[in-house]
Amino acid sequence: MRVALFATCLGDTLFPGAVRATLRVLERLGCTVEFPPGQTCCGQMHTNTGYHEQAVPAVRSFVAAFEGYDHVVAPSGSCVGSIRHQHDIVAERGGDRKLSEAVGRVSPHVYELSEFLVDVLGVTDVGAYFPHRVTYHPTCHSLRMLRVGDKPRRLLSEVRGIRLLELPEAEQCCGFGGTFALKNPDVSVAMGADKTRHVRETGAEVLCASDSSCLMHMGGLLDRQREGIRTMHLAEILAGTEEDR
Amino acid sequence: MSGVDLGMPTFPDAARQAVRDAQLRHNLGRATSTIRNKRAAVVDELDDWEQLRASGAAIKAHTLSRLDTYLERFEAAVTAAGGTVHWARDAAEANRIVTELVRETGETEAVKVKSMATQEIGLNEALASAGISAWETDLAELIVQLDEDRPSHILVPAIHRNRSEIREIFRREMAGSGTPAPADLTDDPVQLAEAARHHLREKFLRANVAISGANFAVAETGSLVVVESEGNGRMCLTMPDNLISVVGIEKLVPSWRDLEVFLQLLPRSSTGERMNPYTSVLSGVTEGDGPSNFHVVLLDNGRSEALADEVGSQALRCIRCSACLNVCPVYERAGGHAYGSVYPGPIGAVLTPQLYGVESEDTASLPYASTLCGACYDVCPVAIEIPELLVHLRNRTTRERKGWFDRLTGTAMRGLGWVFGDSKRLGRAQRIASLGGRLFGRRGIGRLPWPMSRWTDARDAPAPAPESFRQWWERNRTGSGDER
Ligand code: SF4
Repeated sequence: MRVALFATCLGDTLFPGAVRATLRVLERLGCTVEFPPGQTCCGQMHTNTGYHEQAVPAVRSFVAAFEGYDHVVAPSGSCVGSIRHQHDIVAERGGDRKLSEAVGRVSPHVYELSEFLVDVLGVTDVGAYFPHRVTYHPTCHSLRMLRVGDKPRRLLSEVRGIRLLELPEAEQCCGFGGTFALKNPDVSVAMGADKTRHVRETGAEVLCASDSSCLMHMGGLLDRQREGIRTMHLAEILAGTEEDR
Repeated sequence: MSGVDLGMPTFPDAARQAVRDAQLRHNLGRATSTIRNKRAAVVDELDDWEQLRASGAAIKAHTLSRLDTYLERFEAAVTAAGGTVHWARDAAEANRIVTELVRETGETEAVKVKSMATQEIGLNEALASAGISAWETDLAELIVQLDEDRPSHILVPAIHRNRSEIREIFRREMAGSGTPAPADLTDDPVQLAEAARHHLREKFLRANVAISGANFAVAETGSLVVVESEGNGRMCLTMPDNLISVVGIEKLVPSWRDLEVFLQLLPRSSTGERMNPYTSVLSGVTEGDGPSNFHVVLLDNGRSEALADEVGSQALRCIRCSACLNVCPVYERAGGHAYGSVYPGPIGAVLTPQLYGVESEDTASLPYASTLCGACYDVCPVAIEIPELLVHLRNRTTRERKGWFDRLTGTAMRGLGWVFGDSKRLGRAQRIASLGGRLFGRRGIGRLPWPMSRWTDARDAPAPAPESFRQWWERNRTGSGDER
């Protein structure tokens, strides 16, 4: 199956490991993966901060890069959420009917990684091996915007060697919230502190999630706390195999 | 009503103080998680909750789309039933009408049923300056009034107080406005309730004027519906001879059939009960039963302006259940006072800027007081898309505000938008960033100067990768190198 990979600006620039892991999983499952070079960013940061007009160039570049693909996959629940639920709003605000139509054609073909694996490829066992204690935080936009439900957990539970530990109050937001983390740092950190406390309570070595942005926030707190708990993107856990040992 | 400066600190400043108050965080965390779990349990009991929720949303949306018709129908029905309807454009007008109505009775005090609308317009203060004492009779409202505090929750205005704090307030303040608290009062809830009961009983028996709001106003019969848990509302609505009700124009429902839906949605969402302990319905004047002098003040106060906004008008569906507050992780940490308005939490963040505009710093900061986690939408019984509304109001903020900081941010955002508009520009920016990344290695960054210190004060920041994915792909997959 031919798949276009959307790296997301954050993944591309700050967390390329998660993107390479996504590529690896997709290729291992037999997909032919392309990286359309014209891609940039979904525009989410602009849109969610209220700069809809300034998000138009990003939306324009997104549809230009991905128009025509049946399957576009991104390792981020929040970027896919923004593409599916906000690109039309941005295009309309930009007053460009052509762009609105293009958004209508492209958005339905964009999938978050766990959705694509479970719903489109129909697999939950991706042949991964990861002999560690892991706890999973379901990020808000995956959960409540995309409604991915337990798909990431189903994927993780099939990983060989893994010990999945239940995260208390898992569905509570980690406190990242994009520019919220900068505009309201005190509340953001207070929420993150509660989240990382719950992570520590599980005894996990690795905190896993499907959004590099939320992981950046929680990981930043864990690193500052010097707890020795690593953060890993879902794709990075799914990418590892027994042969890697 | 637009352009009013509420004179409050902005949300981030107020929240900073609240987050540091360990007692407050403890009180709030306990109270919200209890009520959150109660709600979840009773909602789970109903197989058709989602249908009920959709009906609630649809009925409200329909009513709002023909509000003028239903308001006129309501007025005609109230008048026919012996009541009088008054129209108030804003807070000042509503306060003037109510003050005048109380004066006409010759009384100088009134008992009050808990009401968001009267708080919104600052009625108690307006009455006080006219020499009229208005006594709150809801237990939590009484606590707040005695302490000269501000409410911090729609349903439980004193949620930020615990039992021993309440005992102190009763002991200190009750004597000043009526029956004092017993000298040996403990913080046992039964004793606290008993003290409040004695204090209030004296006022109920004396009062000849009651002031209320309404949870719903039924257009077909001109009926007001008040739901509550303590029976104080029933006392206020039935004992005094004069009743004045201040009702927001969005409280209308067309018929009793519609009301039925909300009487299921509201108690489960707000107190986590299957049914409200007291549901009082008042349909005009009945000889020898209840008030003989009945007035309804219909309040606009910014609502028709909100109604004109296609996205924003959703907020007017709100039935003030407070479920969105109880699930909001930001509310739980920041507390209600940080929102600087009688409407705190997620609903406050979308309602206050619409009622008062975004000209002032404090109201403009409210749409940003959210991580957009979406928990509020999931519990809202009338399915208000609060996250979408927040983003919509953020957009309004960026378009309407023109201060230096707003312009600076706008310019930065435009610059960044320009970079994201073209992959070549982004690629160049990434090459510069990855140079920095090689400098830092893969360690996290500990401290950065302002404004990034807002991140690094408590969190390490990731260094840019020494090689972006794009660079890696070009090197490995476009024929110019081997895959590693
Ligand atoms: S917005 Fe919805 S959840 Fe919040 S108080 Fe109003 S009705 Fe309740």
